[in-house]
Amino acid sequence: MEQRIDPLFRPLTKNTQANVISRPSLSNAQQVIRKLIKNKLAMLGLVIIVLLVGMAIVGPSMVPYSYSDQSLLTKNQEISSEHWFGTDELGRDMFARTWYGARISLTIGVVAALIDLVIGVTVGGIAGYMAGRGKRGDRIDTIIMRVIEVLYGLPYLLVVILLMVVMEPGMLTIIIALSATGWTGMARLVRGQILQLKNQEFILAAQVLGAKFTRILLKHLIPNTIGVIIVNLTFTIPSAIFAESFLSFLGLGVQAPVASWGTMTNDGLGVILTGDWWRLFFPALMISLTMFAFNVFGDGLQDALDPRLRD
Amino acid sequence: MSNYLVKRVLMMIVTLWIIVTLTFSLMHAIPGNPFASESDQLPEQILNNLRAKYNLDQPLPVQYVLYLKNLLMFDLGPSIKSDSRGVNDMISDGFGASAWLGAQAISIALVFGILFGIIAALNRNKWLDYVAMALAVMGVAIPSFIMAPLLINYLAIKVTIFPVATWGTWMHTVLPSLALAFGPVAVITRYMRASMIEVMNQNYIRTAEAKGIPMWIIVIRHGIRNAILPVVTFLGPLIASLITGTFVVEKIFAIPGIGKYFVDGIFNRDYPVILGTTIFYSAILIVTIFLIDIAYTLIDPRIKLTNKER
Repeated sequence: MEQRIDPLFRPLTKNTQANVISRPSLSNAQQVIRKLIKNKLAMLGLVIIVLLVGMAIVGPSMVPYSYSDQSLLTKNQEISSEHWFGTDELGRDMFARTWYGARISLTIGVVAALIDLVIGVTVGGIAGYMAGRGKRGDRIDTIIMRVIEVLYGLPYLLVVILLMVVMEPGMLTIIIALSATGWTGMARLVRGQILQLKNQEFILAAQVLGAKFTRILLKHLIPNTIGVIIVNLTFTIPSAIFAESFLSFLGLGVQAPVASWGTMTNDGLGVILTGDWWRLFFPALMISLTMFAFNVFGDGLQDALDPRLRD
Repeated sequence: MSNYLVKRVLMMIVTLWIIVTLTFSLMHAIPGNPFASESDQLPEQILNNLRAKYNLDQPLPVQYVLYLKNLLMFDLGPSIKSDSRGVNDMISDGFGASAWLGAQAISIALVFGILFGIIAALNRNKWLDYVAMALAVMGVAIPSFIMAPLLINYLAIKVTIFPVATWGTWMHTVLPSLALAFGPVAVITRYMRASMIEVMNQNYIRTAEAKGIPMWIIVIRHGIRNAILPVVTFLGPLIASLITGTFVVEKIFAIPGIGKYFVDGIFNRDYPVILGTTIFYSAILIVTIFLIDIAYTLIDPRIKLTNKER
């Protein structure tokens, strides 16, 4: 008699293919970079950032004029082979000025963002770590959060403007004024991340296995927060550059003869009716390109770091 | 609910008080005095009278208390540079233009931002979506103080549709409102698109579709109502950036608004004017954020203010 076996209960032949890893295993960083490279817009942003930084470094020395060389014989000239970006009403070469301004604007943006990063991560980290650690810890967290809440409620640019009115105008003052209120966003972000991570099972598991605090901090808390921090950094740099041009545009930023993109845009606006379009065009273009590049790069990085969007 | 409201109002007052104290001490920390340029030419007696008029002869704590007292009666004090007009006069002069400009810009931003966001989300990865997203990226990249000259150059000089600057008829308001609204339109489009895509993938949308409800009714009744929430949370920062945006836009278009008085105050180092306008702006901002938080609960019944985690 033929024995009929229900297909459901037939023994499986061993599938040797099931456990084979079809793709080479990639570390987290490798995956992020691979995803980022695939994102064309983000790569375009990165290329523009590299070009802008490169031109800020070599640009001013590519022409035989300095940013402050005046020459009344060649004032208000249109773009030519002599003056690639034209000249202003004092005969200063706009090419040299634009890239000199790039140095000023980019330096202010990067330094202010880095100061925000250091203060924000430290304060946010302390608040997040202290929260839920007894009465004293909770009190420290509450005090920090109250301060941040009040600072966050203040209109950011208004405070910066007030500080600029009080202090001597100049690059250092702008950086101080921008970082005085700018760190709160980063601090809130880091605190939230740490609070969320602290209560997750893998931290508890690490604690149960006897891991020391430094190991938990270095191996679990920081690697899980770093992505958010970097993404935030790519957004604070352009907003600092924007704030600098905004202040310089209002006449509160760097003072002549030092030029930044903001002051040059302001000067360019003054001569728009006479048709000297190049005066406004180049600094305005550079501000927009910078904002564009950092924002699309930041967006791409955010997507690449998001584990939910992994393929 | 009422407990929360009382707490929030108290918090608002404390924040405002901190702003007043901070700005007051900043303004008085500046070396020199407002009459420094006149002090060589004026006799001692007149200088003393001037100082007495502005309470500058009193010790600083007394000045501070006097200022707070006046503030409680909504008196922002006199201006130093134009002696006949107080800060209150300046704000009431400028408020009309600034408020009109701000309201028009917010309306443009909301209407077009939400509209573009919905269009982009419903046509995801088609050309309409790409156009909307390109616009959104441009809006982030081009600040209002660059957009304004561009608009002037193309729509007022090259093609003379709109007046170049100043204030008067409705035609004067178009370019400044557009310059001011351009950035916010972009940001709202992005927010709206992202949240609309998420909402349209929800089960209740599929249910509604399965029931045979026409698409446009689903979008209006179920889609927009749920997708609009992130946009509402964004309104607070939006209004803050609009307020600071009005400084430059009013300066560029020579509009007699509060922003112009503020910027002039900065140039003239007219401290009572800077102090007064800052307090006024901060108060508006704080009250708006408060109102937005309340509006949020009205739109989203799931949120109860009392358990809200901030």
